[in-house]
Amino acid sequence: MPVTDHNGTKLWQRRTARESLSHWVMWLIGVAIFAYCWQRISETTTWFFVWDAPRIAGDLWARATPPKWDYIAQLGKPIWDTLNIATLGTLIALVLAIPVAFLAARNTTPSKLFIRPIALLIIVSTRSINSLIWALLLIAIIGPGVFAGVIAIAIRSVGFCAKLLYEAIEEIDDTQVEAITATGASRWQVMAYGIVPQILPAFAGIAVFRWDINIRESTVLGLVGAGGIGLQLSASLNVLAWPQVSLILLVILVAVVVSEWVSAKVRGAII
Amino acid sequence: MSDTFDVQARLGKPWKKPPFVRRAWLRWTLIVGFVAYLVAAYLTIDINWTRVYEGLERGKQFVLAFTSPDFTTRSGDIYAGMVESIVMTVTSSVVGIAISIPIALGAARNIAPLPIYLICRAIIAVSRALQEIIVAILLVAIFGFGPLAGFLTLSFATIGFLAKLLAEDIESMDKVQAEAIRASGAKWLQWVNYGIQPQVMPRLIGLSIYRFDINFRESAILGLVGAGGIGATLNTAFDRYEYDTAAAILLIIIVIVMALEYLSGIIRARVQ
Amino acid sequence: MLRLDKLVKTYKTGDQALKAVELEIPEGQVVALIGPSGAGKSTLIRCINRLVEPTSGKVYLGTVELTGLSSGALRRERRRMGMIFQEYALVERLSVMENVLSGRLGYVGFWRSFLRRYPQSDVDEAFRLLDRVGLAHMADKRADELSGGQRQRVGICRALIQNPALLLVDEPTASLDPKTSRQIMRLICELCKERGLAAIINIHDVALAQMFVQRVIGLRLGAVEFDGPPEGLTPEVLTTIYGEEDWEATIEAVEDDEDEAAE
Repeated sequence: MPVTDHNGTKLWQRRTARESLSHWVMWLIGVAIFAYCWQRISETTTWFFVWDAPRIAGDLWARATPPKWDYIAQLGKPIWDTLNIATLGTLIALVLAIPVAFLAARNTTPSKLFIRPIALLIIVSTRSINSLIWALLLIAIIGPGVFAGVIAIAIRSVGFCAKLLYEAIEEIDDTQVEAITATGASRWQVMAYGIVPQILPAFAGIAVFRWDINIRESTVLGLVGAGGIGLQLSASLNVLAWPQVSLILLVILVAVVVSEWVSAKVRGAII
Repeated sequence: MSDTFDVQARLGKPWKKPPFVRRAWLRWTLIVGFVAYLVAAYLTIDINWTRVYEGLERGKQFVLAFTSPDFTTRSGDIYAGMVESIVMTVTSSVVGIAISIPIALGAARNIAPLPIYLICRAIIAVSRALQEIIVAILLVAIFGFGPLAGFLTLSFATIGFLAKLLAEDIESMDKVQAEAIRASGAKWLQWVNYGIQPQVMPRLIGLSIYRFDINFRESAILGLVGAGGIGATLNTAFDRYEYDTAAAILLIIIVIVMALEYLSGIIRARVQ
Repeated sequence: MLRLDKLVKTYKTGDQALKAVELEIPEGQVVALIGPSGAGKSTLIRCINRLVEPTSGKVYLGTVELTGLSSGALRRERRRMGMIFQEYALVERLSVMENVLSGRLGYVGFWRSFLRRYPQSDVDEAFRLLDRVGLAHMADKRADELSGGQRQRVGICRALIQNPALLLVDEPTASLDPKTSRQIMRLICELCKERGLAAIINIHDVALAQMFVQRVIGLRLGAVEFDGPPEGLTPEVLTTIYGEEDWEATIEAVEDDEDEAAE
């Protein structure tokens, strides 16, 4: 208790002298790091452009409004492609994520020493790399197009889905599994009767949640050439067709809001 | 109870698991619709299989590149890009978190008056609806190329993420504790400091670390549109088919993300 | 029928849960296993069907020795031992019928069980059992819609449809109210009598045990402390099993209960 006797009156302080010193040092280091980082950004910034930014922003706004509404006729196919990238990518990812999750969960992995680390490595590496980077890579390998987008979304989602799924598997009620084991069921039967019913709601939730995220991500995959509405965005940006850009952004915004609404509804229905 | 059920009549008849969707027409509509969608989607993708087949060779090269990543040839570019990514991550996380706290307070219905609540919720909604990369494109157009645009993008994205989750946490906090502080005659700021902050602090720290992690990952792609960071270097490496350099960069990203996750695990365990 | 020979279980932490337990249970006998928590009752039951691997010793079910069996042979022997659990341990998101039929998993192949295509004889038997416990009309309800007592009845059906020779019963009444507890205990004992099953019922409620079984085994710190008829449970015996306490009240309560049951 940091209560000190000071000339007969008891003084209460929140921290002891040592604690408050280390506290201050931590803050000082934090502030120093921030200041250093800020300075590096500031060095590489042309401040003239920044002071000019409000005028440029106003200029952009003037050029982008009103959106070119009749351009929407050409967006039908890209929107359909975007939806397909997200949906097919999610489906492929789920199929791949199930075995990875079972291999990664502590209570179902066949080997904690060899297989579990490999499964965890798959999860971490696919999760840490953004789908845009996966798309860049796949375009270099299999050429630009919707297919590259589907695979990029699929790879990116495997780690995400597998992580959430294996956490759900680790949280199941063991006595239900025990009860099925006690009937003389085989390993696969224990999985089908004891484990799968318990993780099914989590699985459905994960699927819809990831689908929602994938709709967002697939709208921009076209920026690197992997199909979908992002292709139109990139083309319009290249020719500085701002009224088209603003329309595409509006469409993306609507798509994101709708997918979030759908996902919330479906998840609400499951839980 | 059982006298309402005639077992003798039931015996000998097959049993089937009741279907998940009980209305037959709805069940079949869903199944047929889903299959039809899959077929339609597959047909419109039009995959160029010969191109894919040719690509497998390059794919193999890329996988092999991971066994011999090239950190040295472009070490200067990689170093500069990585430092820029980290700098953007640090600054945007700090600024983003600092701004999201007041917005979170404003977006919690149980402590904010309605007009402020609506304004803060609107800010959150806009920030969440716009993806990082699109914001980055617009900000690059306005502020010019460089990490400043990246920094602003990530700060903006942090606000939507953190303020929303924090506001939800404040809304679900224990009312009684906050009321007890208010009853002592505390001013508004004191009330927030003593009644609310202790309750949401662990979650705030956990979320902040998590967002730091996300910001780093996102900073790796902002370079694709000219907003600074390692993305530009990576893009160049892919364009020149320098798979060994690309592999090196990806490995660095993976290692840093793993280290961050490990760290955040430790810190979150300590806070809770 | 069941014989345990110097059964020992030592956990990795070094705790010795069972110290060379010797036990023999003849065909058709219902035995109550009592003892304070931590005495090793649950471990003993689980060592018999090897949900917990015994450290040493032997378990004979009929003429088969269980501890040395391969996993395939063990699964075949597990079919002869039905198990009933403390918190029912039903798979909550499956229907009552699926839970009962899961008792047949050891008899049907994977795809048959996966597609829920059980032989008609299994389905009929499931309905007969559910009718016997008064739940046949609930067959297509989901298990988590049932009350505690109803769930435990389903658990009993699941154990019985295995067509076992032995029932392993782990605290069947621990999470039930007193009235339901008695109904469940009565049901288990009646069914054992009907089918000539032997049973080991692990139970912490001494009074309840005394009401229903022919033989009581008292376990203390992993060793058999008492083995005899329920009338043999004198206050002195209970003190050796559970430690010092005023036991008269417990025993009197039993007598009251029996009067009440007789009325």
